[in-house]
Amino acid sequence: MSEPLLNVTGLTMRFGGLVAVDGVNLSADTGRITALIGPNGAGKTTIFNCLTGFYKPTSGELSLSHPTRGKVSLQTLPGYQVARHGVVRTFQNIRLFPRMTVLENLLVAQHVGLMRKSVLGVAGLLGLKGWRTAQKEAIERARFWINRLDLAAVANEEAGNLSYGMQRRVEIARAMNTDPLLLCLDEPAAGLNPRETAALGELLQGIRAEFGIGILLIEHDMKLVMGISDHIHVVEYGRKIAEGTPEQIRTDERVIKAYLGEPDEEELPAVVAADIAEVAAGEGDRV
Amino acid sequence: MATVALPTRLKDAAIAAGLALVLAIPFIGLFTVSTDQGLVVNSRWSWVAWAVGLVFAGRLLLGAGRDALAARANRKNNEHIDLTNHHKNNRILRGIAIGFVVFIVPVFFLIYGGASGIQIILALVICLLIGFFLDILGGFVLPALKKVDRSSVGTRLTRAFMVAALLFAVTLPFMPYSDRYIIDLGTTVLIYILLGLGLNVTVGLAGLLDLGFVAFYAIGAYSFALLSKFFGLDFWVCLPLSGLIAAGFGVLLSLPILRLRGDYLAIVTLGFGEITRIVILNWQGLTGGPNGVSGIPRPGLFGLSFERRPPEGMVSFHEVTGIGFSGEHRLMFLYLIVLALVCLAAWVINRLRALPVGRAWEALREDEIACRSLGINPTASKVSAYAIGGMMGGFAGCFFAARQGFVSPESFGFIESALILAIVVLGGMGSQVGVVIAALFIVMLPELGREFADYRMIVFGLAMITIMVWRPGGLLSTRVPTVKLDQKGA
Repeated sequence: MSEPLLNVTGLTMRFGGLVAVDGVNLSADTGRITALIGPNGAGKTTIFNCLTGFYKPTSGELSLSHPTRGKVSLQTLPGYQVARHGVVRTFQNIRLFPRMTVLENLLVAQHVGLMRKSVLGVAGLLGLKGWRTAQKEAIERARFWINRLDLAAVANEEAGNLSYGMQRRVEIARAMNTDPLLLCLDEPAAGLNPRETAALGELLQGIRAEFGIGILLIEHDMKLVMGISDHIHVVEYGRKIAEGTPEQIRTDERVIKAYLGEPDEEELPAVVAADIAEVAAGEGDRV
Repeated sequence: MATVALPTRLKDAAIAAGLALVLAIPFIGLFTVSTDQGLVVNSRWSWVAWAVGLVFAGRLLLGAGRDALAARANRKNNEHIDLTNHHKNNRILRGIAIGFVVFIVPVFFLIYGGASGIQIILALVICLLIGFFLDILGGFVLPALKKVDRSSVGTRLTRAFMVAALLFAVTLPFMPYSDRYIIDLGTTVLIYILLGLGLNVTVGLAGLLDLGFVAFYAIGAYSFALLSKFFGLDFWVCLPLSGLIAAGFGVLLSLPILRLRGDYLAIVTLGFGEITRIVILNWQGLTGGPNGVSGIPRPGLFGLSFERRPPEGMVSFHEVTGIGFSGEHRLMFLYLIVLALVCLAAWVINRLRALPVGRAWEALREDEIACRSLGINPTASKVSAYAIGGMMGGFAGCFFAARQGFVSPESFGFIESALILAIVVLGGMGSQVGVVIAALFIVMLPELGREFADYRMIVFGLAMITIMVWRPGGLLSTRVPTVKLDQKGA
């Protein structure tokens, strides 16, 4: 088996005395949806922050197999460079540019390429032809994603005025406009209603099939995770406790224990129990 | 939304007219004249009648226009729902309404005349209205020529304002009512507009607070003063140099504050402004300290001087052109230089906004973390924002030195920084038109009230507070998008 797109080995992140992530190994590959799940506070978002350059991990190797640049160690790059190597993320609490329009949000995402084509702004300032075509292409690319994510009606609206569900979609569209290799989504279904969540699942599967990029997903919605993931990693208290296909995870004793607790304390995670039961039932219907 | 019946509209207009009557009696109807016996109150009831009539007619037309708009929106909605087109107006009615006002206002003031201070404002208002009128005409002509997607009313009004303001600004020095005072005041306004545009890049676009912007102004002014003193360079060579030097200091300032935000950023920039002033004040050998630098050469026009006795190697403007010598020519020339600078700055900044550089600035203001997640280097964005802003400040400083012929540290105190920041905030962060309006307001308001002496500053302060309460986002707080997606087939 060849090297996966992203290979994380021994990732550890310490904040003072607190070990938020402790020796986690994981991998994500192109054309696959990899999910990262775990109870609240398990360190999922910290792993994401390390991956995408927001934290410098205390130790560990984040190795990206870049199609043209070869092997890149993400942890050695300055934060903003990670996105330039194709690892792009969205945020748990949406981070759009609220006073800019949807279209402008998507154009900002194409900054790196456009900056080069505008020759640091000089060609753009003079209105040279090369820049004008580059700009047209950028708008066309944005238009593609606007249409794809059903945002055409609000393309010229300020992003901050959109509904929550739409903002989520804009954020995904913006990330896709950077032309990523690996799309990292931090709880993309948070705050969405069941119908929107279902649509999100279809969208992610569509993106994977059509563009063959890898998707790394943090999500609490078990139905979504179990429905679309190819591979799941489970973390608890900063350590990875299990990995495998959705079927394997569903029946993994440690995972059930992490979510449901020991058999004698049943009250607290009743919701999660219902979730998993429901998914199991649904799965039964489908097969 | 159905159209409203005529009686309702009439009633509505009558209420407005009644209100106008109540207001017009004290404000317009009564005025004081100072005679030998002291102040005497006189009345001019015909004016009140005019005002009330105007309001009535205007309100009626407005209502009719709105109905037409609503009817049209209804029709449109029946065809298909289009979010962006709600604001389209009925052009014909709006044209008539505006044409009516355009016609009435000048006539009104030509008949009754006005004080010279007020004239400036009036001329502006009239020009503005003419601009709207031209714009309406344009609205008829353009779509007829080409089936273009008509931009929304907001951007159109802004553009109309810009055209009108430019027209007014270019013709101002040649107007018969323009004397030394008005041209000089206009020059001051334009300097502040230039400074405001510069600060608007750092504060308004990139969202980086700068309480020491006057430093760039000072650096620009001293660059020219010292380059001319020690190397004998003239204005046109020093102008770009001053800009570059100030931009260099902008880069220098941006480096220590890359990681700072909010209060801390404010303190460091404030310190930068003060340090610059104090260095200038104390570096006697270079800057002349509190005595300043004098004898800065005046700018010439392609080697023509505007002095009565031109310096060696130069020919004077009045000899070559055969126009009699007048001190005002130099003022007019200075005015036109700074006007050109302002136009250039506005054009460049406006252009930058739609380029990746400028978009990154705005994105940086909106969310720095999201910027990083998209591969934008925040350091580069911050440095470039301070450099471009500083450059504009440097240009303004260079021009200021050329205009005064003398610079001293006194001109570059904190109050200047505060004033420039006030212009940016008052205008609405990020809005260039806002900067223009706010600069006009901030420079001219104290001038208009000169007869009230020191009280005018109280009035000025009150006016500022009122505006900020009334419009917390500044006068023009709506942001104009840099690019719009035209809906294909829509």
